[in-house]
Amino acid sequence: MNPTHREPWIRIARRDSIAAWHGWLIRLAGLLLALLVSAVVIYLIVRLNPIKVYSAMFEGNFGTNRRMWVTFRDIAMLLCIGIGLAPAFKMRFWNIGAEGQVLVGGIATAAVMIYCGKFMPTWALLIASLLASLVAGAVWGGIPAAFKARYGTNETLFTLMMNYVAIQLTSYFVAVWENPFGSNTVGIINQRTQTGWFPPLLGQKYMLNVLLVLVLTVAMFVYLRYSKHGYEIAVVGESNKTARYIGISVKRVLIRTMMLSGAVCGLAGFIAVAGASHTISTSTAGGSGFTAIIVAWLAKFNTFVMVLVAGLLVFLEKGAIQIASQYNLNDYASQMITGIILFFILGSEFFTRYRVIFRGRKGGR
Amino acid sequence: MAQVLSLLQAAIVFGTVILFGAVGEILTEKSGNLNLGVPGIMYLGGIAGLGGAFLYETSVAAPVPLVGLIIALFCALLASVLAGFIYSFLTITLRANQNVTGLTLTIFGSGVANFLGGAMNKMAGGVGQISVSATSSAYRATFPFLSEVGVLSSLGFMTYLAIVLAFIMSWFLRKTRKGLNLRAVGENPATADAAGISVTKYKYLSTCVGAAVTGLGGLYYVMDYIKGTWANDGGIEKLGWLAVALVIFARWKPRHAIWGSYLFGVLFWLYFYIGGLTRSSQELFKMLPYIVTILVLIVVSMRRKHENQPPASLGQPYFREDR
Repeated sequence: MNPTHREPWIRIARRDSIAAWHGWLIRLAGLLLALLVSAVVIYLIVRLNPIKVYSAMFEGNFGTNRRMWVTFRDIAMLLCIGIGLAPAFKMRFWNIGAEGQVLVGGIATAAVMIYCGKFMPTWALLIASLLASLVAGAVWGGIPAAFKARYGTNETLFTLMMNYVAIQLTSYFVAVWENPFGSNTVGIINQRTQTGWFPPLLGQKYMLNVLLVLVLTVAMFVYLRYSKHGYEIAVVGESNKTARYIGISVKRVLIRTMMLSGAVCGLAGFIAVAGASHTISTSTAGGSGFTAIIVAWLAKFNTFVMVLVAGLLVFLEKGAIQIASQYNLNDYASQMITGIILFFILGSEFFTRYRVIFRGRKGGR
Repeated sequence: MAQVLSLLQAAIVFGTVILFGAVGEILTEKSGNLNLGVPGIMYLGGIAGLGGAFLYETSVAAPVPLVGLIIALFCALLASVLAGFIYSFLTITLRANQNVTGLTLTIFGSGVANFLGGAMNKMAGGVGQISVSATSSAYRATFPFLSEVGVLSSLGFMTYLAIVLAFIMSWFLRKTRKGLNLRAVGENPATADAAGISVTKYKYLSTCVGAAVTGLGGLYYVMDYIKGTWANDGGIEKLGWLAVALVIFARWKPRHAIWGSYLFGVLFWLYFYIGGLTRSSQELFKMLPYIVTILVLIVVSMRRKHENQPPASLGQPYFREDR
């Protein structure tokens, strides 16, 4: 052996396994570190006590009953898209196209509300726009999957481009449905009659949004963990060759799963249009399609963990907007803080999978 | 004729922004790193350049354009390299997922840039907009001997810099040993590692240098495209994603990115020069660059010609002990 070769000062070894509590402890440490760094950044900008700032964030989320429900509504929206992405990601299919799938679902819903709103009652409209949004999302997600299955076309780049086709398509329909003329917006659809809108449940405007998504959360968890389809998805995700060997048609699973993924994202568009904004614009998805990718990834495709991650991100966003308006800053502070926190959470994942061993500490066990 | 000329000029200015982005991203992707943080890096490069120039111009009574130019360039490069470093550290050393890290970088960059941009707009005097006219004029200065030559009459030096960088990148990737090593890392890191090439070093360097070039796109956008101001309208983000599209369109070849970027510019501005379009059909026209990119992506995957494929390990992490 080369005598000058010494053990490196620092080396990395893969962990065989890690207790669940230990993993969560590491992630929690990452989050706390992130909040600390964010606090320093906030302090440098506004020169205010960070504790006060965090309590203002709490105020922004839950200060009033209305605010609380808007927070719940937004968590539901982000969660819904994350749920849609879960099956695709579990299959190792990088669906970056959620933003576009949400938009086409929104367009389909708006189309049904505008063209059928005159002669159909609300319950029929809701069913029709639900189906239309599911189909639109499934088609939008199915196209890249079909090409991936047939020709091996790179799905990350294909779905990414489909987002911008969908955004332009939305601009097109906004121009077509413009109301009033010259406003460059669609306006509130069926404002007077409120046909096709989600009805309030138990006196809460957004109760139906939240309930729908909660049902989806459970359903997707069961689908992925206990159904035959879920098993097939997991096998295809681990290894295409194994899947083929045990007689799974990889192409069929690929296309079916992506259509399902697109359909759930389309459903998020339905909820956003019929259940929240009652209008359609290029900001209907508002970047949630991209944020949801991070939600689904950090939660390791577990839909219940997604509730927590989505909740954290929405909390940060609402809180930062509150700080911004309270201290006369602009809303983009929230994106900055979100970015910092995500960097830390992403980094902390490393320590759940690897051990860092310093020289001189034998084995580090 | 005058219309064609003005379309070409608009296309070249538009194309230059995404050409910087694409050339930087090609270098990054050749190492196997799919950095979806391109819009974020462009944002950071743009805002850092603007911020540097703004501080300089407000602290000096009579700002010298050339000094402003150098300060802005330095700040933009520094910020973009830092952004590239964050991405590299997370994906290479900490082995985080590339797609997720890239998207986070985009969120972060757009947040920082729009936050600071909004703050600077406010500092510049309430409703008034920030303006760094001296520095911007240096960026927009044309070469005197070209001022009579039709299309070239209004182009600043960065237009030419982008073309030169694309050619240098092309030469580097095809003709130099380091370039070949880099491509080996992107195609098959395990083999490159076995051949004694430091995969980590190549990935870090190409990602950071790539980010620097990408950031220049943001600087050019701020200083030339919108003439030394700032607007929170998401303009950079749109162009950043088009730069990612251009990488695919050019099939990872910097030389093809040059004409590709101008073609994208023509496609993007075409609606403006075709008479009688309604506003709705204009929106359909703006879809063209993305549709064309999708078509290229499909055709390339159908024909399976080796030299047109993405780097084989694109998006895949590499850990030596995982094999």
